[in-house]
Amino acid sequence: MRITVSVNGQPYTRDVEPRLLLVHFLRDELGLTGTHWGCDTSNCGVCTVRLDGVPVKSCTVLAVMADGHEVTTVEGLERDGELDVVQKGFVECHGLQCGFCTPGMLLTARWLLERDPDPDEGTIREAISGQLCRCTGYENIVRSIRWAAEAQAQAQPQPQSQAQAHAPTDAEARQ
Amino acid sequence: MQVPARFAYERADSVPHALQLLERYGPEARVVAGGHSLIPMMKLRLAQPEALIDINGLTELGQITVEGEELVIGALVRHAELLAHTIATDLFPIFRDAERVIADPIVRNRGTVGGSLCQADPSEDLSAVFSALRATAVIQAGGAPSRKVPIRAFHHGPYETAVEPGELLVQLRVPIRTGTGSAYEKVERRVGDWPVAAAGAVLRVVDGVIEQAGIGLTAVGAEHFCSPEAERYLEGRQPGEEAFAQAGRIAAEHCEPHADQRGPADYKRHLAAELTRRALAAAAERI
Repeated sequence: MRITVSVNGQPYTRDVEPRLLLVHFLRDELGLTGTHWGCDTSNCGVCTVRLDGVPVKSCTVLAVMADGHEVTTVEGLERDGELDVVQKGFVECHGLQCGFCTPGMLLTARWLLERDPDPDEGTIREAISGQLCRCTGYENIVRSIRWAAEAQAQAQPQPQSQAQAHAPTDAEARQ
Repeated sequence: MQVPARFAYERADSVPHALQLLERYGPEARVVAGGHSLIPMMKLRLAQPEALIDINGLTELGQITVEGEELVIGALVRHAELLAHTIATDLFPIFRDAERVIADPIVRNRGTVGGSLCQADPSEDLSAVFSALRATAVIQAGGAPSRKVPIRAFHHGPYETAVEPGELLVQLRVPIRTGTGSAYEKVERRVGDWPVAAAGAVLRVVDGVIEQAGIGLTAVGAEHFCSPEAERYLEGRQPGEEAFAQAGRIAAEHCEPHADQRGPADYKRHLAAELTRRALAAAAERI
């Protein structure tokens, strides 16, 4: 079946079997291996991408279902060589160790900040509750997303220094 | 790598088109919407439909509206949409309670209300919620008027419903009645898991007396996901802790939980009693 999917703003047309899952379409057909492939059962959330803006687990979506729709993967977060603020947050706050869950976490974080620019810790934890991280214990991921929220709240699209957009302290993160 | 067996794929662009496609492909065709129950089963080859009819484009089934004295929920409404719908969740807080603990936020973005009901998993939360609410399912067949099935006649057993081959669940209709409170209480092993057990309660109190009670039970082997014995006990009584505790005991007596990896049967029976009691108390507070 011939499908055309817009991925990170660029249309791709491919002939695919209806049983091809979106995660494999992205990785194997398009070579966009930033989207990871984990549990295959919609539990772990590493395959999370945005479908028409909404995060979904791409191991449980057929590629043919994305025909005519827009997909955003982690490769689409960067703009003109500039990392997205959530990516910067993960850099600043050591939001990853092995990095396997990171692409999905970043996309959910981006989505969360669009809906709620000032999420508290509980809101962040709930937003990422469908995604597993086995390295960080989530602490640094939560801090990274809070950092991104604070950085985004500054007038500038990017923080100029640590002093202007600092990573929240432990006490702040727990509030 | 888990890959479904081969199937034909058709995309429906309207309800009549979906029904036509279902008729053309026959009983081995399955409707797919969110796909979060069906696709995992297809990957494990527990389900091997010959054709999938994709109804994700049927926006007419994706609405939540109030029509007269009924809340009407389209079958294609996503869990996240029901959770975020303040009219629906203010009328029936039981939806907010239940949807917050169904799977996880990302799965809720995709999974649908109709899909959950048609999957008819004995541990599925919304089946008990709609049962407690005494909702009506609207089922459409090709070339025939739609038919209405009370939710307590909708489930024929695990993974079996009143929806026949060639038919499509299109709506759930929930009666809106004044003086009603509702709540849902669930125990799960971890975030996003199926319930060990759960209970929903809907109470309508008139002049200080329970006029109607709805008790939904999840994952404890309750027929049609409800407890008519406990409901009958409550009706005509004054709401209160003692009555709620007794209703919980009656609900627990009449369900048939099975031991599995989520817990032994006696623990689930204990939960059926305790969660029914808590749900009733919470529902009474919300009237």
